[in-house]
Amino acid sequence: MLKTFRLGGVHPHDYKISRDAAIRMFDIPATVTIPLGQHIGAPATAAVKKGDRVLVGDVIGTATGFVSANIHSSVSGTVTSVDAVPDGANLRKPAVTIAVEGDEWNPAIDRSETLVRECTLEPKEIIAKIAAAGIVGLGGATFPTQVKLSVPPGKKAEMLIINGVECEPYLTADYRLMMERGEELLVGCEILMRALGVEKCYIGIENNKPEAIGHLRQLIAADTAFASRIEVVPLKMRYPQGGEKQLIAAIAKREVPSGALPIDVGAVVQNVGTTFAVYQAVQKNRPIVDRVVTVTGKKLANPSNLLVRIGTPISSLIEACGGMPEDTGKVINGGPMMGRAMANIDAPVTKGTSGVLLMDERSSLRASEMPCISCAKCVDACPMGLEPYLISKLSRLRLYDRLERERTADCIECGCCSFTCPSHLPLLDYIRLGKAETMKLIRARQAK
Amino acid sequence: MSNRIVAPSPHLHGDFSTPRIMRDVVIALIPAFAFSVFIYGLNAVFVTGIAILSCMLFEWLIDRFMLRRPCTLGDWSAVVTGTLLAFNLPATISPWLIILGSLVAIGIGKMSFGGLGRNLFNPALVGRVFLLISFPVQMTLFPDTAGVDAITGATPLAFVKGALKTGTPVAEIMPNIDLGGLFLGFKDGSLGEIGALALLIGGIYLLIRRVITWRIPVFVLGTMFVFASILWLANPELYINPLFHVFAGGAMLGAIFMATDYVTSPMSKKGQAIYAIGIGVITILIRVWGAYPEGMSFAILIMNATVPLINMYVKPSRFGGNSPKKK
Repeated sequence: MLKTFRLGGVHPHDYKISRDAAIRMFDIPATVTIPLGQHIGAPATAAVKKGDRVLVGDVIGTATGFVSANIHSSVSGTVTSVDAVPDGANLRKPAVTIAVEGDEWNPAIDRSETLVRECTLEPKEIIAKIAAAGIVGLGGATFPTQVKLSVPPGKKAEMLIINGVECEPYLTADYRLMMERGEELLVGCEILMRALGVEKCYIGIENNKPEAIGHLRQLIAADTAFASRIEVVPLKMRYPQGGEKQLIAAIAKREVPSGALPIDVGAVVQNVGTTFAVYQAVQKNRPIVDRVVTVTGKKLANPSNLLVRIGTPISSLIEACGGMPEDTGKVINGGPMMGRAMANIDAPVTKGTSGVLLMDERSSLRASEMPCISCAKCVDACPMGLEPYLISKLSRLRLYDRLERERTADCIECGCCSFTCPSHLPLLDYIRLGKAETMKLIRARQAK
Repeated sequence: MSNRIVAPSPHLHGDFSTPRIMRDVVIALIPAFAFSVFIYGLNAVFVTGIAILSCMLFEWLIDRFMLRRPCTLGDWSAVVTGTLLAFNLPATISPWLIILGSLVAIGIGKMSFGGLGRNLFNPALVGRVFLLISFPVQMTLFPDTAGVDAITGATPLAFVKGALKTGTPVAEIMPNIDLGGLFLGFKDGSLGEIGALALLIGGIYLLIRRVITWRIPVFVLGTMFVFASILWLANPELYINPLFHVFAGGAMLGAIFMATDYVTSPMSKKGQAIYAIGIGVITILIRVWGAYPEGMSFAILIMNATVPLINMYVKPSRFGGNSPKKK
């Protein structure tokens, strides 16, 4: 019996049409726009001004406070502006625009392909290097990695869990990394284990990716240092297994209590892409200047996995993969279950851009709502054991004071409820609203 | 591309829809319907046809002239209500009673609450119980069926109840009852409740199509079986074989098709179990000690009334435990 999480979940078709497309280096654009807020927390503070010359890997924004991250230049060239620029939702956000000149790298960065296996740094030094490299959760949540690795006093990490689940349909960026950068990934696991002081690492991969499971197992078996401490755990395919709490539940059979953090059950979860970035940062002094982006869609000519410099306009990726199909209705930043439909496709690729998905017009439109028939499918599908129909209804009626008791703050916004609703009710839309109001109430009470 | 569609996630939807679910229920009722046609001939077709058409007509009239809203027949729920009502009627009932029952089922049972999704009670059962109480003679006049054994003119439940009342010991009643025949459906009874096996096949179809879960049917039938077994083991002279209870009357139809009605059953798994156990207990109570030989419809309606309360207090199993961390 394959492992999986206990409650809820749905089974969307996985549409991994770009799975066999090897990672391809994408051309450096003529200009890049690098937002200063690419992570959860405070945006970075600009460290450059108009006219400054920068190299690839130079810091252009420094972290503002504890929960924040450094931002690096992804190209070499001249800063043409430090100003508010429209993002994917057409909201103006601070960003650094750089006109590209050549491809000159910061000399501290080791650009060779040789595998650097040994790491003798102290945990503190590793975490400092990760913070300096601006690493954030690359699965899409973009939470600063150094914060997750800084275990608060009184708590102890027991295991590291690497998230290779990629449960979002269509996306294959993590899958390609596991297939093509397996060795680096495993060294990344060792570095993270060292930083956390744990002796056990589990890599969770769903059984729709048997090649990745086999490949990593082979690499682990070939090296005694890996074999004793790193284990690949095949998981039964089920969305949202890549959710942090669901993954811990699936692998360790421990459920993070409401209001607690993964570290409270002794687990730290890192995504595959993040782990690879950690390897690059610690062993190669290489900050995040690029990332793998899956560009896909049923009608796209060449679904691809591209290694893209941060700040490249998303529209240029679509052009490079065969151009926008005629009847495109939505362009989604991320996967189809949790990604954001973009209003502005000229917005730049950021650290959190795991995929660009094009959906045709027909599947972009929602079906019309029908009355709730209390079928309980949303209750059965909720991986957090909530009652989506009730939370949605209370939010709709603006009965915000009743929401906290219904555990609204536990919602992970995975979308299983809306996905499964036979009446096509926009359950999650209203739950998000209610969750925001609940968080406001909780914060107001804590501030007192 | 100027008119790009921007909507919050999720951007995918599963293939469930209300009309699809309702159509699946109708499909699942086809084996039982075919069996009634085999037993009762064209009468079964007439009763079912009249019930479906009048349910649809009343829903349309109420939508059009009272609620003044677009027609809701497209959700197929009126067809389900009509079929289930017909399945709860004797095959030779007068068409006028079918039409009256449909009016009560749709008008009072469903539309008076605001239509699909808002009704507290199972509409088909509201229609049936109204007819049963108002027209007890016509509602319990079952046609004799060819090929059926000693019990004719009365349902097996009524026969057993009558016999036990007059003091006949169970040992003398049992030879008149063929449990295998009961299971296959060779017995007198309402139109669609007789074919226990055919209903079970429909239930399996609903399970495969993931329209229903096993929980409610298994808990209803399981509770009936366990409760009846306790009585039977305590005194086999006074109480009948528990298998009889599970195969006879409306047990299968009620457990698989009526108790599982989404709108009138609880949302959480625990809640569904409580509701289903309640139905099983009340059914046996009525069958053994009540005035009526059959208690399934009453049991379901009584438990329907508890659903809002169950939903309020019985919460699903929460991720990370049901008691939140106090800070």
